[in-house]
Amino acid sequence: MERSILSRRNFLGLSMGAAAGVALAGCGSSGPGTASGGGNSAGAASYWYLTGQPGEGIRTNSVNRFNQANPNTKLTATTFQNDAYKTKIKTAIGAGQAPTIIWGWGGGTLRTYAQAGQVEDLTSWFGENAAVKDRLFPSSFGAATIDGKIYAMPAETVQPIVLFYNKRAFEKIKAEPPQSWGDIMDLVPKFNAAKIAPFSLGGQSRWTNMMWLEFLFDRIGGSEVFQAVFDGQKDAWSNPAAIDALTKMQDLVKADGFIKGFSSITADSNADQALLYTGKAAMMLHGTWTYGNMATAGGDFVSSGSLGYMNFPGIDGGKGDVSDTVGNPGQYLSISSKATAEQKETAKNFFKTAVLSDAEVKEWVDSGSVPIVKGTESAFGASKDADFLKFVYNTSANAKVFAQSWDQALSPTAAEKLLDNIAQLFQLKVTPQQWATNMNGVIGQ
Amino acid sequence: MALPAFLMFVAFGIIPLIGVLVLSFTQWDGIGKINPAGFDSWRTVLSDPDLIHALWITFLIMALSWAFQTPISLLIGVYLAGHQRYREILAVIYFVPLLLSSAALAITYKALLDPNFGLGPGLKIPLLTQDWLGRDNLALGVVVFVVSWQFIPFHSLIYQSGVRQIPKAMYEASEIDGAGRVRQFFSITLPQLKYTVITSSTLMVVGSLTFFDLIFVLTAGGPGDATRALALDMYKRGFQANLMGPASAIAVILVLVGLALALLLRRLGGRDAAESQMEGV
Repeated sequence: MERSILSRRNFLGLSMGAAAGVALAGCGSSGPGTASGGGNSAGAASYWYLTGQPGEGIRTNSVNRFNQANPNTKLTATTFQNDAYKTKIKTAIGAGQAPTIIWGWGGGTLRTYAQAGQVEDLTSWFGENAAVKDRLFPSSFGAATIDGKIYAMPAETVQPIVLFYNKRAFEKIKAEPPQSWGDIMDLVPKFNAAKIAPFSLGGQSRWTNMMWLEFLFDRIGGSEVFQAVFDGQKDAWSNPAAIDALTKMQDLVKADGFIKGFSSITADSNADQALLYTGKAAMMLHGTWTYGNMATAGGDFVSSGSLGYMNFPGIDGGKGDVSDTVGNPGQYLSISSKATAEQKETAKNFFKTAVLSDAEVKEWVDSGSVPIVKGTESAFGASKDADFLKFVYNTSANAKVFAQSWDQALSPTAAEKLLDNIAQLFQLKVTPQQWATNMNGVIGQ
Repeated sequence: MALPAFLMFVAFGIIPLIGVLVLSFTQWDGIGKINPAGFDSWRTVLSDPDLIHALWITFLIMALSWAFQTPISLLIGVYLAGHQRYREILAVIYFVPLLLSSAALAITYKALLDPNFGLGPGLKIPLLTQDWLGRDNLALGVVVFVVSWQFIPFHSLIYQSGVRQIPKAMYEASEIDGAGRVRQFFSITLPQLKYTVITSSTLMVVGSLTFFDLIFVLTAGGPGDATRALALDMYKRGFQANLMGPASAIAVILVLVGLALALLLRRLGGRDAAESQMEGV
């Protein structure tokens, strides 16, 4: 009868239905951009930030405190997972659906917002409110400053990348934590022989691999190697120090330095941390923001003192300063330039009265983080994590150079290319020379 | 009836398509101003070896998932079209994967296949303790498997309804001639299902061009770029690297490939595609 005609119609109908469905779903998801549900006043503002404890809880508490104190100009909070947020916020800003307060990492991404006129210039506001500015670490303003103007309020905590290790694993093979790159390469076969992975790594997230290169580049060639890339110098990635770092990186991969299956592990699931605290891996290069989760999820791992930590060791013959570190000098809150005047006022009031308030500072310290507020060292002594807090504070304060993470410092276009190529480097699919050639192509973009 | 459908199609199908075509001739980071850029994006995309790679991966996923899904869907569909006991209950169970969202499926499989904390190490089964998502070919295989697992119920349903429309008289006649069940399957069921196979295959093949969410959550295109299909490549360029121009060019390529494949499959149906093989017509 009509089966074949029906099938064509079905097909068209299905494809149209699917197209409409996708489009409608797209409409539905633009919701949080407006200040809905945050009270009825014109000053009600919205704020997007990241999930993941302990930060999520502390951010939420700050919002709640602010809303209690300001019942007429409430903030509505919406939360997102780390890697998903990076895309979501860009899309929302591009579509004119940005929240009033934009949580971010500063650097290259903030630069694209500033150049497109999407975020407020806060320079004069900081001038009028010197007290707000002066209590924060001066180093935290670098990634908030674009062409001499401040486009974001530094917030939250300083997060250097450090080398974590499992003391129980080191006791098992009767070894000492590495003091040099040579030590690291010597430890690899010893741990592998004991059926412990030398290093945990959430390689699918890619920026996790990048942290290794950041330290290798710095320790071998000094901070000026990446600075040259950042400044847009031609062929800066082909620096001999860079090639040496890339080669050493692949040597470590080839020697089975990383946990089996690292390229399918994501950092968002915290599986990389679980490998360290369950003793399946001996060491992990990661941001200090992982400490809080390891303390809560790792049983007695942290409380029993089994978690060791140190700055990344030096490399024999390297030019870099072993005090240098890299990571997040702070987190950053910007105000959308598309927000109404009342909303902007609410956001500024939030910056002034709620961000890094005494109560919030205490919560960050309790969670094992160092807030970017001057003079908090005195509070560390009372904390159960006093040693770790002092270590993070000293690492950050004593660093000759505190570099911003590469993927945050570079433009999104260059960062994506970088992360892709780093994944290929760890898969041993490109040689150091090919890698440098690929990356030289996007310098300055 | 036709007018609302047509309007929906224009609003959500045609207009975005034109928008993407226009965007492919511009340079835009998704946030700032849109600048006309002529053929720049097209030149970038067409000279990029990553495009060939992404096309190849897309083709592999398409071909493998078709080859995996079709026989299984066909057999399940034929079985479900019968009138055995408990068939209804089984049909409901078969249908469960289709009710789950791709993202949920991907997260579940990712957890199950984790080489350190997944099903294999949990139950201490060495065979299951592979680096499933960390090796190129294994990861591609897992993607094909999960996609098939999700969509086999849907295609089974199509085959079930196809089988139900085959006249009983044909089977009765063949029984008198002494044909067994296998012979019946190959001589009656399969030929009669020709157009159902084409419909189902078209949906599989064209649908596989748009696999994105599942791959994105499961492997994010990795390891390296081993599972970076075209749709994922488009997303990464557009929304992660802020290169909307080249991403739009890839979107246009996706549409063209999809249309070409759909046309090709209709051709495969032969000239008699509009004719019926039903008895008495």
